[in-house]
Amino acid sequence: MRTQNATAYRFLTPYLLIFAIFWIWPIISSFIISFQATRTVPWRFAPAFNWGRLIGDPAFYNALKNTLLILVIQVPVMIALAIVMAVLLNSPLLKARGLYRFAFFAPVVVGEVAYSAVFRLMFSLDFGIVNKLLNSVGIPKIDWFSNVTPAMALIMIAVTWRWAGYNAIIILAGLQSIPEDVYEAATLDRVSKLKQFFHITLPLLKPVIVFCAVLSIIGTMQLFTEPFLITERGGPGGGTETLGLLLYRQGFRSLNFGYASAVAYTMAGLAIAITLVQLWLMREPK
Amino acid sequence: MTTSRSQARLGRSILLHLFLTPLALVWLFPLWMMVVFSTMPDNGIFSPGIELLPHDGFIDNFNNLQRDTNFVGAIGISVSVAVTYTILSVLLTSMAGWALARYEFHGKGAVVAIIFGTITLPYAVVLIPQFIMVARDFALANTWIALIVPPLFNSLGVLFMRQAFSMMPAELFDAARVEGVKEWRIFLFVALPLARPMLAALAIILFLASWNNYLWPLLINSQPGAMTAPVALGTLIGLTKVSWGGIMAGAVMLTVPMLIVFVLLQRHFIAGIAAGAVK
Repeated sequence: MRTQNATAYRFLTPYLLIFAIFWIWPIISSFIISFQATRTVPWRFAPAFNWGRLIGDPAFYNALKNTLLILVIQVPVMIALAIVMAVLLNSPLLKARGLYRFAFFAPVVVGEVAYSAVFRLMFSLDFGIVNKLLNSVGIPKIDWFSNVTPAMALIMIAVTWRWAGYNAIIILAGLQSIPEDVYEAATLDRVSKLKQFFHITLPLLKPVIVFCAVLSIIGTMQLFTEPFLITERGGPGGGTETLGLLLYRQGFRSLNFGYASAVAYTMAGLAIAITLVQLWLMREPK
Repeated sequence: MTTSRSQARLGRSILLHLFLTPLALVWLFPLWMMVVFSTMPDNGIFSPGIELLPHDGFIDNFNNLQRDTNFVGAIGISVSVAVTYTILSVLLTSMAGWALARYEFHGKGAVVAIIFGTITLPYAVVLIPQFIMVARDFALANTWIALIVPPLFNSLGVLFMRQAFSMMPAELFDAARVEGVKEWRIFLFVALPLARPMLAALAIILFLASWNNYLWPLLINSQPGAMTAPVALGTLIGLTKVSWGGIMAGAVMLTVPMLIVFVLLQRHFIAGIAAGAVK
């Protein structure tokens, strides 16, 4: 192909303008803002102001701890569930496949606000259907909103319900791209289905699973709506406060843009670290 | 031999369904309860009995919702914003994807590297500067532009359409070029029609993202008359004197149309989501 600068940029420029203004510049800008004291007019450069505060802020460590706790528990459980869903949906023995697919994939289209509202009602203490059903099988009702452990569990349950099917869609696409003949030799040698799964399917799916894990980790790290709406602003008493919620409160309730930017860049730092780990996990064996 | 094998198959099939059916029911349960709640009066929702079947109170609940917030107006804003956003985003990103897939130009490597290099950064990083820029510098808070334009930065479509266009054989376009057809006409009348399935998948994913978008509209359009439907509904959650049946009616109105679209266009939906993985 010959070089076609003018033509190419005519197609590219409209998007690039938006991309530069609303993505690239804000990335740079929020880095700069994180080194500024933003509650004085005009803002002044004060390198240690926000970052120093962050390092000594118990609210930050609480949000970081909660976010990492949700990450470490919820993401592996959800990915494992998504793999199970995808593998079983892919089974040639399955009847009424469409119905099962609908059941698992439907949450993908449900908005955060709509499902947060439903989960609040379903898990309410006295009249929630979940406690009623637990009661009817002899389990005492759980106070999902006033105690930290059940509240965290509720957030994890909600996020898992919303996103497991999404990951299952991606993993299913990965499964269907594995050629049949990979399994033929194993079947001839009478290797059990379970062994085939662990020794053939899983290794071939590794890139897709790592991709899903990274996507989920970055999503969960920014978790905001569920603790905002389901457990009411990170309750009880900050027990489900996440980094996303801390950023919201600092940035948009206290209008402390500098400190909120430092929180945002902490999230970015974690995301970059996780992406690097992903690249390392995906490297070709030499 | 054959019978024992087919018996084993039958056994495995039964086991599969015995495991998957309860899981599917648990997964459908919140959606089902959303519908049930939306048809029940509040004193039914907050009663000690177990109610698993819909009643006939949807209209009452909807009226209560409309009394609590102008939900119909908010739905109007959400629909207009999602439609406009989808059209603009599909157009912008497919033009950019076309340029990256089909031309050699200076800076191409840098553009691709910047898009890929920043794609895993969390959206939270740009939230504050975007807000400062749109609300303070441009003074566009509580406008349609604020809802539509900033989210257009999304690069998913660029990568998706670049992939789609680069898989098309070059002869298709070269033939038109030999005849002297202009490049923008080749893009509009040859390339885009060929990419229809990909465009459909992309449009569905973008529409859904805009329809369900919560954080940005919550921040930038917080005035009652400028709120999108999810934001308007979200303001009711947690209020003490509010109709929960009404909130559920709103949740149903946000969700059921998308579920219908999902069932009708499942193939495109799944293609769009799975494409996130094919980078």
